[in-house]
Amino acid sequence: MTSTTIDDAPYIEPSTRERRHYINDEYGVLSWLLTKDHKRIAILYLFSVTAFFIVGGIFAFLMRLELLTPEGDMFTSDTYNKLFTLHGIVMIFFFLIPAIPAVMGNFILPIMLGAKDLAFPKLNLLSWYVYMVGGIFGIVVIITGGVDTGWTFYTPFSTQYSNTKVFATTLGAFITGFSSILTGLNFLVTIHRMRAPGLTWFRLPLFVWSMYATSVVIMLATPVLAITLVLLMIERALQVGIFDPALGGDPVLYQHMFWFYSHPAVYIMILPGMAVISECVAAFTRKKIFGYKFVAFSSLGIAFLGFLVWAHHMFVAGMSVYSAMIFSFLTMLVAVPSAIKVFNWTSTMYKASVSWQTPMLYVLGFIGLFTIGGVTGLFLGALGVDVHVHDSYFVVAHFHYIMVGGTIMAYMAGIHYWWPKITGRMYPEWWGRLSALLVFVGFNLTFFPQFLVGYVGMPRRYHAYAPEFQVLNVLSTAGATVLALGYLLPMIYLGWSLKFGRKAGANPWGAVGLEWATTSPPPKENFHETPVVTWEAYDYPAFLKAMKETQNV
Amino acid sequence: MTDFPLFPEQASTVAPLVDGLYLFLVVLTGAVSLLIWLVIFYFAIKYRRRPDNELAQEQEPPAILEMTWIVVPTIIFIGIFIAGAWVFFRMQRVPANALEVYATGRQWMWKFQHPTGQREINTLHVPVGRPVKITMASEDVIHSLWFPYFRVKADVLPNRYRTMWFEATKTGRFHIFCAEYCGSIHSGMIGWVEVMEPTEYQRWLAGGSEGSLASQGEKLFEKYACNTCHTNTSGARGPNLAGLYGTTRQLTDGRSVVADDNYIRESILNPQAKIAAGFQPIMPTFQGQVNEDDLIRLLAYVRTINADNGVATAVESPASAAESRGAPQTTTGATTAAPVATTTAPTTTTGGAAGFSLPGTTTTGVGGLKPTAPPATAPQAPPTTTTRQDQR
Repeated sequence: MTSTTIDDAPYIEPSTRERRHYINDEYGVLSWLLTKDHKRIAILYLFSVTAFFIVGGIFAFLMRLELLTPEGDMFTSDTYNKLFTLHGIVMIFFFLIPAIPAVMGNFILPIMLGAKDLAFPKLNLLSWYVYMVGGIFGIVVIITGGVDTGWTFYTPFSTQYSNTKVFATTLGAFITGFSSILTGLNFLVTIHRMRAPGLTWFRLPLFVWSMYATSVVIMLATPVLAITLVLLMIERALQVGIFDPALGGDPVLYQHMFWFYSHPAVYIMILPGMAVISECVAAFTRKKIFGYKFVAFSSLGIAFLGFLVWAHHMFVAGMSVYSAMIFSFLTMLVAVPSAIKVFNWTSTMYKASVSWQTPMLYVLGFIGLFTIGGVTGLFLGALGVDVHVHDSYFVVAHFHYIMVGGTIMAYMAGIHYWWPKITGRMYPEWWGRLSALLVFVGFNLTFFPQFLVGYVGMPRRYHAYAPEFQVLNVLSTAGATVLALGYLLPMIYLGWSLKFGRKAGANPWGAVGLEWATTSPPPKENFHETPVVTWEAYDYPAFLKAMKETQNV
Repeated sequence: MTDFPLFPEQASTVAPLVDGLYLFLVVLTGAVSLLIWLVIFYFAIKYRRRPDNELAQEQEPPAILEMTWIVVPTIIFIGIFIAGAWVFFRMQRVPANALEVYATGRQWMWKFQHPTGQREINTLHVPVGRPVKITMASEDVIHSLWFPYFRVKADVLPNRYRTMWFEATKTGRFHIFCAEYCGSIHSGMIGWVEVMEPTEYQRWLAGGSEGSLASQGEKLFEKYACNTCHTNTSGARGPNLAGLYGTTRQLTDGRSVVADDNYIRESILNPQAKIAAGFQPIMPTFQGQVNEDDLIRLLAYVRTINADNGVATAVESPASAAESRGAPQTTTGATTAAPVATTTAPTTTTGGAAGFSLPGTTTTGVGGLKPTAPPATAPQAPPTTTTRQDQR
């Protein structure tokens, strides 16, 4: 690669005097609620998704408390069923799906592109309001009695048998879907149309590639969820037979339609995590990601193949042996691009300058946990094993390794990595490292025993269980306690750092990328003048040379 | 069994295959994962940032690696697929000499019926060393019948027959779980499969029933007046059912179907869906009149009537004992703690529905499930949007 200098990049001295930036540009509640600034919208999302994360986390913790003993002695069965349902719905629809795209994507993506904002700032604000309307439906459901269908809303239970708030919940999920669609649309147009001069496709940070793939999946898959949920609501409200066999419908059809969205939705949740990891690996090894193009195209490969594997959720649900074989085969193929990413991140560390700062600790945790989550996906994709472990705690453990060990580890890495950019303040490093350690230990203690208890035979969504499963469940609950502490700590010290944290310069990590070429926090218009990009992505040697010359650290 | 098992007993013919594949995957993926972690930590320590190492040394691993870790994992993954599919085929292909058992799932119990007429709730008696084929359907929502010690599982769907099979290799008492979330007392929809020596099983079968399932079906065939049209004579208003099961049928619209379980089920519940060639669509629907248990009996009858005389021949019924209620309780020691099987189907869905509160405290050896605590509040009645109550 021919590296070029970045002398002409507009690095700006960190300033000690009060400087105008997006936070102090305007004051007042309305200046936030009616803002069209992508950075302020990101902050709105940050508060909203954090609130939902806390709610979903409380549900999870209550479940783990109930599961300390084999008897269902803490809650009634109906309450327990509502707890796992609401945990799933809140965490998936209101936290995992919006978290990284709507918080970090909104904040960082336009800056990475050297743009002043997203292509459609008003749509961006609308997406937050749509999200909040969906969220209010969720909160109303929680307050008025909950819902007990499981987050999957399987028919005919959801349409005919549950007498909880199914309609309001599905309506909330339906509405929230439009918020994702608006965000995805905005990202796609922005990435196509608003890149800075010189920022060619293969100079884009891998974050952008991954967000692009995510947006494509959002745009193509979410409408299917909307259709499915509308059909479900029609059947429930009007007794039109679509999924209920008693009315002439087909319950397995529902599962096909649901998973046609919800399997790609897994990639809507993990691709942004991979996006963050690619950025952090580069920043904390000060090295170009090994196999840049392979990592970039593997995101697109995942997005494409992710649409072809939905029925691997249904191997025992009533499909032909040959359909099962086809979906099993395709499932094996979708594992390849993920493996490519893991190997490339790992080998990027070869002869690198590896920092042990908090975001990198989360990255190391991510790679380790995502690997376990990925290989256990192979167990589930292998038909003979899946028949046994399907709908057991093995599955629960597997997708938590991907969603929590993957996406949330990446989210935590990203929050710490961009915190100085977002707030202009450094978080306390040692507290950060402690939280990363607690999350890693707590997570493994929580979820690894669930692989074992699942294979032994504990079905998921069980309020009471056989006594021989207790030891592993107690371990799991103990782990959940450590994990909760690991998530509480950052909420405290990050809040503390807003006032007491050390001031961060424009580029506290010595990382390369347009977001580090503007001040922290960035000015309202991101760049005082449009940057011109003359370097490849992650060109650290050239960057550090330039940094030394300009004394810009 | 210890109180802390990490591995369920292997009690069926497919269990060693599943476990073999599972352990192979554990070793393979464990080794690869361990390798990745070791490399990561080796790099993270060896190349940690130091004052003389502020900047990466610009050296990249050789590019051949990229192709290696695309091609090699792909081959391994396809190998895993083939192994998994091979085991799956073994699980799906039902052996010819399988014993027929019928299962019905409903909120929140498992009902089993034997061809010889025995009916059980949340307990299933089977002989060791003989394949058992279960034909099953649900009365309400989707359930999933899981025998963890046999490593087999299949979803049980409303209004559709599915089959699964296993061959037990060990006598004893093994868990039955519902694996698909089905409502309030999902975790109480559990039971035990009692695997018995063949001789004991024969003794158990002799214990009593209301006559074979097919003969019960024959009575229903008259009760529902099926025999007024399906008279098995030429010129009858309905097709001759003798010898029909398993054959290919021509329909009036030119299609042809195999007369399997689901075809017979549909022809009873929704007779207008497929009209046999040469007949008028005059049959009324029996939707809502024939319950799942009776459907199974009718099915068992239709399966067994042969072309000659229309008499059930396949299974012979043990002498119908005066005590016709449920499974004999005294044939094996293990069954003493079995839930009392009752043919009296609960008429409501309230918390105390028979069958889910297993007497786990009285079991020895194998830990029993503790009774699910009854909900503090009365469980909600099914939603008013359903007429399902009427069918019970």
